[in-house]
Amino acid sequence: MVSVKMHPCVLSVLLLNVFCSFVSSLYFHIGETEKKCFIEEIPDETMIIGNYRTQLYDKQAEEYLPATQGLGMFVEVKDPDDKVILSRQYGSEGRFTFTSHTPGEHQICLHSNSSKFSLFAGGMLRVHLDIQVGEHANNYAEIAAKDKLTELQLRVRQLVEQVDQIQKEQNYQRYREERFRQTSESTNQRVLWWSIVQTLILVAIGIWQMRHLKSFFEAKKLV
Amino acid sequence: FCLLFQVLVVFGVFGTELTFELPDNDKQCFYEELEKDVRFDIDFQVISGGNYDVDCFVTDPQNNVLYNERKKQYDSFSHTTAMKGDYKVCFSNEFSTFTHKTVYMEFRYGDEVPLMPITRSTALTQLESSCVSIHEILKVVADSQTRYRLREAHDRTKAEHLLERVTYWSFGQTVMLFVIGISQVMLLRSFFTEKKGSVAATT
Repeated sequence: MVSVKMHPCVLSVLLLNVFCSFVSSLYFHIGETEKKCFIEEIPDETMIIGNYRTQLYDKQAEEYLPATQGLGMFVEVKDPDDKVILSRQYGSEGRFTFTSHTPGEHQICLHSNSSKFSLFAGGMLRVHLDIQVGEHANNYAEIAAKDKLTELQLRVRQLVEQVDQIQKEQNYQRYREERFRQTSESTNQRVLWWSIVQTLILVAIGIWQMRHLKSFFEAKKLV
Repeated sequence: FCLLFQVLVVFGVFGTELTFELPDNDKQCFYEELEKDVRFDIDFQVISGGNYDVDCFVTDPQNNVLYNERKKQYDSFSHTTAMKGDYKVCFSNEFSTFTHKTVYMEFRYGDEVPLMPITRSTALTQLESSCVSIHEILKVVADSQTRYRLREAHDRTKAEHLLERVTYWSFGQTVMLFVIGISQVMLLRSFFTEKKGSVAATT
């Protein structure tokens, strides 16, 4: 067993980071059986880290307190082809990570796993959510500690990550524009073909109508 | 040196961007707990659905309305908080009867403090200050990429919608053409078959 000697400074950094990683963020209310979904349009090979924290309204204290351990959230992530890539249940506080393998719209859905209706006491569950995409998901303090980088090296590393993300986004952009162009060209073709076909059908029906009526009247000896 | 790393962790701009679907006749609210004298920015854009518009309003902890706009396609709102508390931003699709909208929202708060602490014993070297300026420029690039991606998603949804409508209408119209053409002939024939006796009498 290899013993890793941690510099006390590095250890304190990591500890501080663990506590500070979820300082405060946007929150919303979710009902008992409600499912809230968020869409993330991302290029491929992009990492997404989501942190959430739940709070339940306590009638006695008349404020929102951290939810009990039994209450958990079910997290489901679907890729652009509607295939489920992450489907797990987490506790009242959780952190989910996934990396996209196909570019496109990924859907992150959350709903509570509570089956006891009395647990919510007719109130709502408060969910604090924070989703970090790509380069923002990187923890620079951790990277600096792990690779032992100086400040300048860390800055350069951050720039490299940023540029990497920009390049991925540009590739995805090219793929999306191609799809857009295909849709537009297909609309153009369809409009052209259908107009021609409809005009031909109109003319054909007109001719058929006249011929049919003419033969009908001749048969009735009116013409 | 140790303190430097610790400060490194805490500073930074906080922000969340979320894209969510707003069903018809529904309202979705997000809350954020902010300190006093903090500047926050809210950007939103409707990506798909109906007329691509949504109602939005922002209230402070004392329920004063800071921003209230109806049927907006995209907008940007900035404010510096006057008090500490929970600020609320709501998006409403209650005016729509059957279209559900997809809305992108970005909530940024905090000052533009860089990742590294500004109070140092020595000034930034030339290399470090170039790094800082490159970082700022890259942030602008990433931001404009996001704007471009949203606009493109909006246009692409519109184009796909158009294709769908063209297909359905063409098919529908062809069917209508056939139905009307045949029924006209049938109707005319039925006139002459019934009143055969009276027509023959008048001519």
